[in-house]
Amino acid sequence: MLLDARGLSFAYRRGAQVLDDVSLSVPRGSIVGLIGPNGSGKTTLIRLLNGTLSPARGSVALDGVPLATLSRRDLARRIAVVSQETHVTFDFTALEIVLMGRYAHLGAFALEGPDDVSIARKALSATGTTALEGRQFATLSGGEKQRVVIASALAQASDILLLDEPTTALDVGFQFEIASLLARLNRDRGTTMVVSTHDLNLAATLCTELVLIKAGRVLAQGATGDVLTAANIRRLYGVDADVTFHPRAGHLTVVPLARTE
Amino acid sequence: MPGRSDVRRRLAVTLAGFGALTFAVCLLAPLVGSTSIHFSRVFDRSIPFADNVDAQVFFVARLPRVVAAAVVGAGLALSGVVFQALLRNPLASPDTLGVAAGASLGAMLALTAHADFTLLGVSVVPLTSFAGSVGSLAIVFALSLARRRGTSSTVLLLGGIAIAALLNAAGRFIQYLADVTETFRTVQWLMGSLDVGSYAPILASLVPFGIACIGFVTLPRVLDLISLGEEAAEARGVDVVRTERIALVSASLSTGAAVSLGGPVLFIGIIVPHMVRLIVGADHRLVLPASALFGASFLIVCDLIARTIIAPVEMPVGIITAIIGGPFFLWLLFRGR
Repeated sequence: MLLDARGLSFAYRRGAQVLDDVSLSVPRGSIVGLIGPNGSGKTTLIRLLNGTLSPARGSVALDGVPLATLSRRDLARRIAVVSQETHVTFDFTALEIVLMGRYAHLGAFALEGPDDVSIARKALSATGTTALEGRQFATLSGGEKQRVVIASALAQASDILLLDEPTTALDVGFQFEIASLLARLNRDRGTTMVVSTHDLNLAATLCTELVLIKAGRVLAQGATGDVLTAANIRRLYGVDADVTFHPRAGHLTVVPLARTE
Repeated sequence: MPGRSDVRRRLAVTLAGFGALTFAVCLLAPLVGSTSIHFSRVFDRSIPFADNVDAQVFFVARLPRVVAAAVVGAGLALSGVVFQALLRNPLASPDTLGVAAGASLGAMLALTAHADFTLLGVSVVPLTSFAGSVGSLAIVFALSLARRRGTSSTVLLLGGIAIAALLNAAGRFIQYLADVTETFRTVQWLMGSLDVGSYAPILASLVPFGIACIGFVTLPRVLDLISLGEEAAEARGVDVVRTERIALVSASLSTGAAVSLGGPVLFIGIIVPHMVRLIVGADHRLVLPASALFGASFLIVCDLIARTIIAPVEMPVGIITAIIGGPFFLWLLFRGR
């Protein structure tokens, strides 16, 4: 297992357990989806998986090495994160944001050279944002920002990418674009991914495995085809849904019908 | 935009440009004043120093003041950059965080109590104001530790403003109890003055300022990453807690050194970083050194205006910086994105 979490429990405040005994395995080359209602602990789980939070109980291992024994820079060379939203305080350009992904390789004192700029430009090109290179990040639209942030994560040249609701702020066109970008990265570069999302159809298209989380506990996990069932969606969201294989889409589709609770 | 991506070249150009400005200002400012002196005579080696009036005016009367302005300007500008980046708020500065208020309270206590001793050649007012600024930053530091438990940087900034208000109120109360002479001395100190008299207080302030600079050297790139947010910075390999500690300690030492030397000179800490960002962009590897150099030059020029504009009477330099800084600050607040 590339990334292996065992028995994770976590609370931000005493008595308010966010995650309770969560275990999951992320095989190399897989795309694992985290599915669950708002506040179920998906974002916290992603923070535990990249070591920005330490679990109260349990542990996460990367290639068998506990995260707690790795430095932040070592971790950043292996795991990149795309968070839900990125606010930038000062007027950095898109290229400058992407170049920040090189920090783990350069450290605090090295100035990035032509190689780093070429890596950053490749990342911009992979996310279709080459034209935005010189634009101020703050002036970009939500979809453009998200793609530049993904480019910054790509410039980090890690073999694992954790994405926290990468398509939530985007219209259906950009949702497709991000989904196909992620699928391409997985196929061409072999990047292993963990994606949290509310978009069940995105999960059905993209993910090889799903972990269903409700109120900080794992409700079900396994291959997407086995886990994405009408029964599980009812247990997870309290929503009655049709789950069928869509012949033109080539994957399962979920049509929510009514609230059951 | 060609060249924009080449940070090495941009850094070289920035350092050369701002360095040349600072050098020129340091050399020219002491030539200007009520007694006119000539550049060629100042550096004329053929005249012994004891007989060279021009050189004496330059090196003994005016240069200490220029060097003091450079240290105060650089110190305040550097702490301003660091506070703004660390709190991810363009309005953060030593003024808004209560540091200047702490320094002022310290100085006021000494002035009002007529404490009049010196320690290693440094009089008591700079020492108490240094203690006051570092003390108030200790409170900010404690607040930032609380942030680890989920307080946002906005809360931290508001906390700083609340502390500044408390310290200012305490200061006013002391002033209210003090007599007229003490109040006059206090007010004069609060307006900021770079009339340091000799090199001794400058040398004393260089100790905390030097320590602060060792910290600042490690910061530029990590401050870039922290402006993406703490989590994003951590995910990219930055040790955020360590960075925050170094940044807060360095910025408080630097502010303390500056305020104890020149008084709470207003607006330098907030406007210089923004002016510099307008010129060099957001990258802190350029912004931090350029702010130090530009802060020094800016305050030297403001002090030059202060001592010449209504000569022979001298204006407090804080009035000049506020007259320039106030409108700039308003423009900053209301300019459209």
